[in-house]
Amino acid sequence: MNRVSSKMALAVKCSDTFNADACMHCGVCTAVCPMGYEILPRKLFRYVQIGLEDKVKENISSIYSCLLCGMCAENCPAEVNIADNVRFLRKYINENEFNLS
Amino acid sequence: MPLPTKDILGILADNLNKRKSVLPISTAGATRWAKGLELPKGGKTILYTGHLYQLIPVIDAMAGQMSRLEDSPLTKYFGLGRNVNKLINMTFFMGMMASKNTRKDYDHMLRNIALLLKKANVEFGYLYGEELYSGALVYDEGLDGAFAKHAQRVCDLFKKHGVEKVITVDPHTTHTLRSVFPEYVKGFDLDVKSYLEVLADSGIKPTTLISDELALHDSCVYARHENVVEQPRELLNRAGVKIKNPTLCGKNTHCCGGPLESLFPSESHRIANNRAKQLKEAGDNIATMCPICLVSLRKAANGSAQVSDLSDTLARAYGV
Ligand code: SF4
Ligand code: SF4
Repeated sequence: MNRVSSKMALAVKCSDTFNADACMHCGVCTAVCPMGYEILPRKLFRYVQIGLEDKVKENISSIYSCLLCGMCAENCPAEVNIADNVRFLRKYINENEFNLS
Repeated sequence: MPLPTKDILGILADNLNKRKSVLPISTAGATRWAKGLELPKGGKTILYTGHLYQLIPVIDAMAGQMSRLEDSPLTKYFGLGRNVNKLINMTFFMGMMASKNTRKDYDHMLRNIALLLKKANVEFGYLYGEELYSGALVYDEGLDGAFAKHAQRVCDLFKKHGVEKVITVDPHTTHTLRSVFPEYVKGFDLDVKSYLEVLADSGIKPTTLISDELALHDSCVYARHENVVEQPRELLNRAGVKIKNPTLCGKNTHCCGGPLESLFPSESHRIANNRAKQLKEAGDNIATMCPICLVSLRKAANGSAQVSDLSDTLARAYGV
């Protein structure tokens, strides 16, 4: 079973960086992403929003392999700042998983 | 086994904290390009290289070794490597394997940029050995603690020299200084412009008309974050160059794959190959405006197309 992490949910809530509230799950970002991973970035943000930390951790390599190229955000109809969200997740993992800052 | 993300990020952060750069290079290596140009030290307006052009030959030499390590059992020793690197600068020794010719090639691009600015009657100085890396890679990897400290160091350096205007040479340094530093350093309000913007705004006139066809690769960072799309085109148009835009260009440009080189080399090469293919459909004479794009696409093209830095064409057209 996937457990909901209150720690990650709180970190997301308190952050002024992570914001995917406007996302309407249209899938444009995934379609234009040169990496072509199914998870980047739409599904990943959904996991974050509902606090599924285990699911997020399973996808650490996708989180670090985002190019931060911005193709997704350029085409996102809801103007979600996708690269900032990915950077936020890296920061969270660096601090909480890798003990790095 | 893939390369160990945690240990590599650790090495980058340790190096920035201790040695003020992700991959420390010698002062001689960082400043050799300026030899004989007699640029004044410091000044209100400075040319700031951010070391990216000088680092590419080093990164290139290291990347070859890293991609051999990907999927090798040796990756488990990265943790050990990080501990040794804390005491002895291992990355420095790896960098010494950079080829002399590659270094000369990248130094030449910086010289051309400086000479173009002189030709446009821009007055500027250079911080020589005091100049620092911008911290861009550490910021991208979300190592915010190390980045914030470094950003402050760079700002203190500008303050010490009374710098007011900064001319940058690559998209990553431009973006970090212009758009990221103000979020991390209180009161940071320097005027930061890329050399392409400065040249396009100046009245610089071409001395030679060049009728070459040039397939232009826009950098994601310049195009999408810093609005540098028209300036290079204007400079090329003035000189008669026939620009061939690939299908994905300008704000919808496709990444060169370079940002993944240190953590996921094979993915990085996959993206670079895709982009090189798109560019070759536009033409086999390709120009880039970022040293990371240049090295990635050159490797991907592997001799099947000529890939050069935009400054080469500009230098020819504007007579430097
Ligand atoms: S393009 Fe924007 S709105 Fe659509 S799924 Fe992606 S993030 Fe959400
Ligand atoms: S920024 Fe990341 S998620 Fe967005 S298109 Fe580029 S690689 Fe894909």
